[in-house]
Amino acid sequence: MRGRLLTILLLAPAAIASLVFVYLFIAWTFYASLTSWNAIRPLKGLLPDFPIIGLANYQTLFATQRFWPNDVFNTAVFTVAFIILSVAIGLLLAILLDQHIRGEVLFRNIFLLPMALSFVVTATIWAWIFNPNTGINQLLDPLGINAVRTGLLSFAPLKPLWDVLDFLRIDVLRLGLTTDPRAALGAVVIAATWQMSGFVMAMFLAGLRGVSEELREAARVDGATERQIYVHVLIPQLRPVLVSVIVILGYISLKIFDLVFIMTRGGPGIATDVPSIFMYLSAFQSQLYALAASIAIVMLIVSAIVVIPYMWSQLRSEGQA
Amino acid sequence: MSEQTAAALTTPRPSARRRTGFSWTRMLIYLVLFLFTIFYLLPVYVVVADSFKTLPEVSTTSIWQPPKSIDFGAWASALTPPLVGSGGIGSGLVNSVMMTVPAVVISSVWGSLNGYLLTKWRFRGADLLFAFLLFGMFIPYQAILIPLVQFLQRIGLYGTLPGLALTHIMYGIPITTLIFRNYYSAIPTELVEAANVDGAGVIGAYWRVILPLSIPGFVVVGIWQFTSIWNEFLFGVTLTNSPNVQPVTVALQNLAGSFAALYNVQMAGAIITAIPTVLAFVFLGRYFIRGLLAGSLKG
Repeated sequence: MRGRLLTILLLAPAAIASLVFVYLFIAWTFYASLTSWNAIRPLKGLLPDFPIIGLANYQTLFATQRFWPNDVFNTAVFTVAFIILSVAIGLLLAILLDQHIRGEVLFRNIFLLPMALSFVVTATIWAWIFNPNTGINQLLDPLGINAVRTGLLSFAPLKPLWDVLDFLRIDVLRLGLTTDPRAALGAVVIAATWQMSGFVMAMFLAGLRGVSEELREAARVDGATERQIYVHVLIPQLRPVLVSVIVILGYISLKIFDLVFIMTRGGPGIATDVPSIFMYLSAFQSQLYALAASIAIVMLIVSAIVVIPYMWSQLRSEGQA
Repeated sequence: MSEQTAAALTTPRPSARRRTGFSWTRMLIYLVLFLFTIFYLLPVYVVVADSFKTLPEVSTTSIWQPPKSIDFGAWASALTPPLVGSGGIGSGLVNSVMMTVPAVVISSVWGSLNGYLLTKWRFRGADLLFAFLLFGMFIPYQAILIPLVQFLQRIGLYGTLPGLALTHIMYGIPITTLIFRNYYSAIPTELVEAANVDGAGVIGAYWRVILPLSIPGFVVVGIWQFTSIWNEFLFGVTLTNSPNVQPVTVALQNLAGSFAALYNVQMAGAIITAIPTVLAFVFLGRYFIRGLLAGSLKG
């Protein structure tokens, strides 16, 4: 076929760029994670010229409380709480907006606006809102909500619930949200949800609109109520969208950096520390490059477990279509 | 997510049975929507109101009170902080523009070319190559950060705006290729074949047939790339070491460090940082949403 050679020549730069900047760099990071490169010294060759010490950095990492269990715990709690909250809000808003709402476009744009912002901006604003001295407390106090809050927290039958939420660090009824280790992770989850739930709404709304009007009409003819149509016809159709949403939000959670770093710096203490912050500080503040590389490789493996099956199934279903 | 569904989202569904009259259910629906509107807009109110407060006001009022008068002092401080060695949002804005514009243009054109070749000049292994390119979209960048710093240091681009732009171009290839590949899948290959019969080759057909049809694709990809590069923080903070080259997100973060108690300055800085992408969202929202939905792989 004409032009095949030229086609391949024109695609070569992208292939080579990807080979170097993605695959070779990952291999380089993996190699670095096997060395004892934990000192400030310019490298001589192309690779870190330090002795290879095998998996010792990984052993150190998993023997460091900050990483295991702390960072892994925080990432797990953040990921699950963030996904549940965003999916619940996103699905609710999508269904509500699907009811022939006046001003649908305006509502939609308001819910999506945070998506246009940087996590840095979101973190700066929410850090102030959650500031115990100036922020949310001063808004809630005149409304009497603070009294309700204290009452709920000291209500004995609910104590097991608060204990669980305290343990998970998402007890957002506590006072200083970003300064109380029992609540700080919850504060970050709320800010992340504020930013991303509009995106989830857009995905679900597009999914609902993708279900043909004929299908809805057929259900109506069969005598189904609007509520039944949602439960039995529309929501089951959203399953592929739900999978996409969970994978995308999960991928964002596993590598979340700027939002947490700017809101809490991983604190108080290490109550909201996550692997990306630990990695950043290890490499660029403590010059523990090999340790940082091992954190990065662990992050990559976990992300790959989430993303590769998804990517695979998407590309395959595309091939069949 | 197909192009049609994305298009359907941007235009409300024709109402089969528009209901009129009063109903408690509809009241409840609107009430819930208004409550969420407050949730989404409250931070916007805080950031705008507090950016107009004066220094004495900041230390005596709560962040929820509206400003007594419109004062641009905090905006001025945010743009040029009176501290030695801190770049301020002003120079950050300039740096971000100088880094973002070339990165957006080059990564979009490059992605368009890749998408065209992968859909209209299909060859054995085209899908495999696509998957090979796409993988870069799904890695945590921590996994390439250390060698990237080393690489940029060796070629003398560490701590420079061209170095940052180069980075954003390289890691932008997967998403721009993905969106254009989906976009061009909807364009009939016969158009390219007809151009070939008329004697146009690979490049001729791209130039004469594909490019003129690509404007909406470029708008979607351009907005997507603009928003993500402008808002990016991790590369910005690790690949620069002086305020002279720091992008605006890093400048905002530094502002929070040096003006810890002055939330009027921080809020003004946050607004200034957000203005360009918010404007893009307000005026080109339709295309912005399509870019968002493209993130779910199938465009």
